[in-house]
Amino acid sequence: MLFESRNLEYNHPGQKTLVFPDISLASGESLLVLGKSGSGKTTLLNLLAGLLKPKAGEVVLANKDFSQMKGQEMDLFRGKEIGIVFQKPHLLAALNVKENLQMAHFFSKKKGQDIGQLLAELGLSEKAKSSVLTLSEGEAQRVSIARALANSPKLILADEPTSSLDDENTEKVIQLLKTQAAKIGAALIIVTHDQRVKAHIPNFVEVNPS
Amino acid sequence: MNLFKLSWKYLTFRPLSTGLNVFLLALGLAIITVLLLIQDQFEKKMSQDAAGIDLVVGAKGSPLQLILAGVYHIDFPTGNIPMDEAQKLSRNRLVKNIIPMALGDNYQGFRIVGTNHDYPALYEAELQSGALWIKPFEVVLGAEVAVKSGYKVGDEFLGSHGISVGSHEHDANKFKVVGVLDRKGNVLDRLILTSVESIWYTHDEGETEPADSTANHEEHHMVNLQDSVAVIGFPKTIESRDLTTLLVQYRNPMAAIQLPRLINSGTSMQAASPSFEMSRLFELLGVGITLLQGLAVVIIGISGLGIFIALYNSLKERKYDLAILRAIGASRGQLLLLIFLEGIMLTFMGAVLGILLGHTFLSVIISQNEQGVVGSLQPWIFLKQELWIVVYALTVGVLASIIPAVAAYQTSIAKQLTKA
Repeated sequence: MLFESRNLEYNHPGQKTLVFPDISLASGESLLVLGKSGSGKTTLLNLLAGLLKPKAGEVVLANKDFSQMKGQEMDLFRGKEIGIVFQKPHLLAALNVKENLQMAHFFSKKKGQDIGQLLAELGLSEKAKSSVLTLSEGEAQRVSIARALANSPKLILADEPTSSLDDENTEKVIQLLKTQAAKIGAALIIVTHDQRVKAHIPNFVEVNPS
Repeated sequence: MNLFKLSWKYLTFRPLSTGLNVFLLALGLAIITVLLLIQDQFEKKMSQDAAGIDLVVGAKGSPLQLILAGVYHIDFPTGNIPMDEAQKLSRNRLVKNIIPMALGDNYQGFRIVGTNHDYPALYEAELQSGALWIKPFEVVLGAEVAVKSGYKVGDEFLGSHGISVGSHEHDANKFKVVGVLDRKGNVLDRLILTSVESIWYTHDEGETEPADSTANHEEHHMVNLQDSVAVIGFPKTIESRDLTTLLVQYRNPMAAIQLPRLINSGTSMQAASPSFEMSRLFELLGVGITLLQGLAVVIIGISGLGIFIALYNSLKERKYDLAILRAIGASRGQLLLLIFLEGIMLTFMGAVLGILLGHTFLSVIISQNEQGVVGSLQPWIFLKQELWIVVYALTVGVLASIIPAVAAYQTSIAKQLTKA
């Protein structure tokens, strides 16, 4: 298995312990994580990205156990092997589109995908030199996907990537994530409560605040 | 892409705030630069111009004025002293040498100094062209005077009475340029040197015009025009004549104790020591300099605060950015460095701009004040102390970035990103 999580538990201070279903994905597979608001979906995503440390259980990506890595090592590993797409694009406003993608290469110290080609595949070639402030919502979300893909990661995590998009853009974004993940052989996990996404990805687990 | 470039992008993303902070810092540093430059060059110049002069003797009045007029040629002379008294002083065994000086005329604001050849020798002056004066009304120009007036050896001009521009001209006798001095960066650059006799005869002319012209005067004058003047010691004359100041060199250290007291109490003249009077002057100016330095420190402090506030505020807007950077692989240390780099780049720009601004200020001051002492300062000399200005500035930058940088270091990405 490329990616596995087992017996994950997390405890927000002063709240009940969250217990998460196990996940296991092979290269090129995709999975939806469903659940109501406040069920702990985003917490799970943070655990899978190594942004939070679980109370119990383990996460393994490409034979690397997250609990064995700490601090800078985890940061670097995340930069190299995990691409994260957030609910909002969160692009760096001081940089243009191309520079935003270059940052991913710089911090991960990895010479991932060719940025020009990646932008072309995402239909953003003409926007390469534009300020990110001039992009539409849909374009900005596609740039953030491009940033997640820039290092050819082994795992792509998407947190409600379609929640602020219209039907047309939602379709585009999901197709993009699927085809790109398949192309680079990455496992894809999308956390969502968006019904439109379910039509595209049959595999799912549910998070319940038990 | 690297951290430098990223910091730079963030700085230029907020041009107004960045510009204001850089400018404020630069202003504070510019004041310090100007003070440094003036203090360094002024003191060097002051001691250079007074080198070899142990005591200045002139008419009674302000001792500081006597020094400023007699050594630096910037203030008005205190008055005249009778020559026989000066000659009496020169026979004192404590005196090694006396250089007599007659002041009171100018050419377009450049002072004409009547003296002997010991005076240029005192400053080890060298001739750029021509020779020193030998006959009355022959003059030697300082380098600065030659450049400003455009006169060469052989040219003639009229002097004016008084020591500032705009007074009446002595039109009876023309001064003839016989030599031009090399530029040495000292007081001679701004002077026109001639013999004491030239100054006397110019004023004789002035006196004859109103009323009491005597045959004796005319005759005397005609005779002397052919003669050579005194190139060392006192000029020879049978009349009772006046001088303006005397530059005295001591024979031995005992003179420093005895001679000033002897002159001040035993004659109608006064004696003043250049080193003593100048240190008194710097003491007086010191209050103003301290005030300016204080002002500069306050401005730099405010700019440091400004940088801190700018970084801290932008940090609030940038918490997401920082979280994103962490998510794509940046370490805590790199974020810390990013914020420090911003503060340091900001203050480095401020330091460079401040130093340039300081030198520019000084060159403006100098161009406004060409014939004063300030006029002979060099605005584009760079001092070692200016490197310290850069160090101070960078220290301000580091101090101002500590809190924002630590805040960036501690940003929890998971919390930031899921707050949405």
